[in-house]
Amino acid sequence: SLVFVAVDFIAAMLIRSTGRTLQMARNRSLKSLDLTKSVNNSVNVSAGDTASLIYLWNPWTIITCVGSCTSPIENLMVVIMLHGACSRLAPLAAFGYVMATHLSLYPAILILPVALLLGYGPDTPPTKVFLQKGLSANKIDMSDNGKGTSQKGFGQFSWKPILHFILWVFIWSCYVLSLNSIILNKVGGLQEMFEKTYGFILTVKDLSPNIGVLWYFFAEVFDFFRSFFLIVFNMNIIFMVLPLAIRLKHRPCFLAFVYTAIVAMLKSYPSAGDSALYLGLLGLFANELAEMQFTFFLFFGYIGVSLLSPVMHNLWIWRVSLSLYLYLYLYLSLSLSTHTCCVLLLT
Amino acid sequence: MMPPSTARRLCFLSLLLLLLLLAAAASATADAAAAEEFTEELLLRPLPDRKALAHFHFRSSAPPASAAGRHHHLFPKAISQLVQKFHISELELSFTQGRWNYEQWGGYDPMSTNNAKPPGVELWAIFDLPLAEIDATWKNLTHTLSGLFCASINFLESSTAFSAPRWGFKLNEGNLRYGALPREAVCTENLTPWLKLLPCRDKAGIASLLYRPSVYKGYYHSQKLKLKSSQSLGIILDQTLTVVLQPNTVSGKQLHSTGGQLQPSWSMEHLFSKKLSGKCLVSKSSRVFVEIEKGIVDNVDKAGSDVSSNNDLFVLSTAPDRSLKELDNLEVQSSSLYEYDVNNYNSDKPLNVGITWKLPLIWSCTRAPYHASRFLMGSGNERGSIAMSFLSTGLDKQLVDSSNDCSIKAVVFQVVPWYVKVYYHSLEVFIDGNSKAISEVVDKIHVTPSEDKLLPGTMEMLLKFPCSMQLATLTLDFDKGFLHIDEYPPDANQGFDIPSALVSFPEFNSSRSYPEADPLFVSPLLENFKEDGVVKSYTEVLLVPLTTPDFSMPYNVITFTCTVLALYFGSLLNALRRRIGEEERGLKKAGILNKRGLIPLLIAKLRGQKVDPSESESTSPASLPRSKLLLKVVFVAVVAIVFHYLSNS
Repeated sequence: SLVFVAVDFIAAMLIRSTGRTLQMARNRSLKSLDLTKSVNNSVNVSAGDTASLIYLWNPWTIITCVGSCTSPIENLMVVIMLHGACSRLAPLAAFGYVMATHLSLYPAILILPVALLLGYGPDTPPTKVFLQKGLSANKIDMSDNGKGTSQKGFGQFSWKPILHFILWVFIWSCYVLSLNSIILNKVGGLQEMFEKTYGFILTVKDLSPNIGVLWYFFAEVFDFFRSFFLIVFNMNIIFMVLPLAIRLKHRPCFLAFVYTAIVAMLKSYPSAGDSALYLGLLGLFANELAEMQFTFFLFFGYIGVSLLSPVMHNLWIWRVSLSLYLYLYLYLSLSLSTHTCCVLLLT
Repeated sequence: MMPPSTARRLCFLSLLLLLLLLAAAASATADAAAAEEFTEELLLRPLPDRKALAHFHFRSSAPPASAAGRHHHLFPKAISQLVQKFHISELELSFTQGRWNYEQWGGYDPMSTNNAKPPGVELWAIFDLPLAEIDATWKNLTHTLSGLFCASINFLESSTAFSAPRWGFKLNEGNLRYGALPREAVCTENLTPWLKLLPCRDKAGIASLLYRPSVYKGYYHSQKLKLKSSQSLGIILDQTLTVVLQPNTVSGKQLHSTGGQLQPSWSMEHLFSKKLSGKCLVSKSSRVFVEIEKGIVDNVDKAGSDVSSNNDLFVLSTAPDRSLKELDNLEVQSSSLYEYDVNNYNSDKPLNVGITWKLPLIWSCTRAPYHASRFLMGSGNERGSIAMSFLSTGLDKQLVDSSNDCSIKAVVFQVVPWYVKVYYHSLEVFIDGNSKAISEVVDKIHVTPSEDKLLPGTMEMLLKFPCSMQLATLTLDFDKGFLHIDEYPPDANQGFDIPSALVSFPEFNSSRSYPEADPLFVSPLLENFKEDGVVKSYTEVLLVPLTTPDFSMPYNVITFTCTVLALYFGSLLNALRRRIGEEERGLKKAGILNKRGLIPLLIAKLRGQKVDPSESESTSPASLPRSKLLLKVVFVAVVAIVFHYLSNS
């Protein structure tokens, strides 16, 4: 069980360093826009420290660590991936990506923000601001080109890190798959592994209650429509990938955060660990999110949901008195969705 | 023109030839018909707890298919078609209502070993086919039997309902399939097609005694169909019906002069409300047996008299035609049978066998070495445990010498449905209250774990208990699964059944031998008793409650979920659509409009922006969107009205 503590700690450290990188990039970009005044004015907490503290002290992270489930390890892989991408270390990012996708299917959509991170660099304000600035004060921009690729033309997308990344992804995934096939040789091979792991996630077969949106629905949906609804619900995640990417392409780290939030809400078997991950990453953007509205409701919504869910579980399963799980999960999903939208309103 | 004498001679010859052919054909069919046999027997036995056991046994046999062709004289055609179509080599189907009371009615004799069946339907079959085809054939077999017996045996067709034990049930090479339905109710609907397989139905012979109200008022009734088919012997079909009844006699409550209570004196008329008025005419032999158990025989011997039909303890109402004594392996007489040949009786002189008790008597039947029972532990709908207990009945001490290495073997076979997810690694054994390591007690174990919605979990275990053990308990933990709304039975809150487990004791043999029987006396019932059979007992059926979803609102759930997703989808896309500048512009507009309404003011305040009262742009850009809105509303209204008219016309 010490393994999980160590894993959580490593994840927190990596979040911290990612936050540092992000903050430096933000300061740099704001400086290049001659907005140093606003830098000093706005809330300037050290995003990395805040985020790592939030991650470590989040009660849901602590619960998953104590319960010895594999969520901390999955979270660690995602954080490794983000860290590697922010610091432009393609092998590390590739390792994190392959392991995270192997452990659960959904981090696969994080390839987009990772690619964007590697190509563009960490979060920056939208390109249009820079273009405006560049148009209005040409001379200042031109002279200021010693600060790396993130300076000159934020619209520039360097392909080299991407190719590097893809190569490493290929290498790592071949390694992992060959290890799997050796282990699973007697049992059925890779085909069966994919069927049982990814197939299980995609076609919701086990109907035990969890804190997600989907299980009660799939317990009561009619068989005739089951495949239709499976496709619809999985498409919900996939469909939002592109529009969000288009909209947030200048802020890939934030994009990754939004993806984790959506995945935590809509995946077929969510758990407290997924919510722990995205709440931790929320801390990375504390500066931008300082002006978020409705924080009161959301915060207490979260607390209420976390307190009520064991109570309702007890009532329904152990004492067999009520089926209130329905309302619980509605509450949770609604809170998650409003949170996401408010967060997005800030962009 | 032929002379008339030759014509007459030709006619005569052809007639002779015809006669010869007819005779040959007749003899051939007579041979074939003679090879099909039908025997009927009835065995009556008093039970220690003031009840009576009646066991009907009908055997039809057909010669191998090549000899008889497809015409059957006595043998039911449906069964022979079944055997040929599905290549069955052995099959047993039993319908049971009630539980066999192993403590009172015995667990060691061939009657309880062969005829004590688990409640509901139990079906097992051995096929003579390559292993890959057996599952498909099983499915077809269940459907055919379901139609033949008016029962829902077709629920056994899906792979979640049957299992393929290798050695826990019967030693086989993988061509045995076993399935049980504990909740199936048995009624006359199932008895009638079963009786239709008999040549005389229930119109004549021993089957005419089956008075339905008395059969279904009993404590236990089990009808069984057992098939054995081979190339050399043909098909042998045994149909048995075992009923435990409470005889409704007045004398049952009488107290004897010595103070004890007499056992009820009953006769066939008390049990079945009618007397036996003759045999089935096509049956080869028709007999009624009265069995006097070892316990009673011992008491009679103790009383000093001879065990005949009329002695100090009881008297049989009619003198038997023959009396058979069973000898156990120590050459001591243990039980005796009195036989009545129904041939000697007819409707003028009906047979009414009965027993009248003279002295109060208490005896007990021989029991299996351990009394096996099963129960559930734990509360709540998330997890629980199955516990199986073995209580020693003291039999072992008589039969095995008490050396230190002595051990009694028990084979446990259990099938658990997939929604009770058993964790086989959590098996714990407690002997006399002390926890023992698994390797000390379990000799051999074979587990087929359950797969969700595909396979039930099968467990076959060979246990070795020390002879001096009094009580052993095995526990297994399980998690309860959650089913789709379609998979719940109509009364979902009753719970789900785990079928009976079978416990057999391979070292104990329950066969009986009757050495006095002369070679001409062939009784299928006694042949069955003579067969080697291990002592078996079935445990109880367990009822497991599972969490139920709310059945009354599937539509509500679907609507709720879709609403939530629509909210998420819509608001996310909406948020994506905006741009920062637009937002600023939107706020500025809110600043303009604050003169017009309270809500924009509130929105602006909520957003933490300063309300700017000094903006004074012209109203024309504000009124333009308003007129546009008005136009849109009017347009939608017109469309709605038109649609309404179109749909109504």
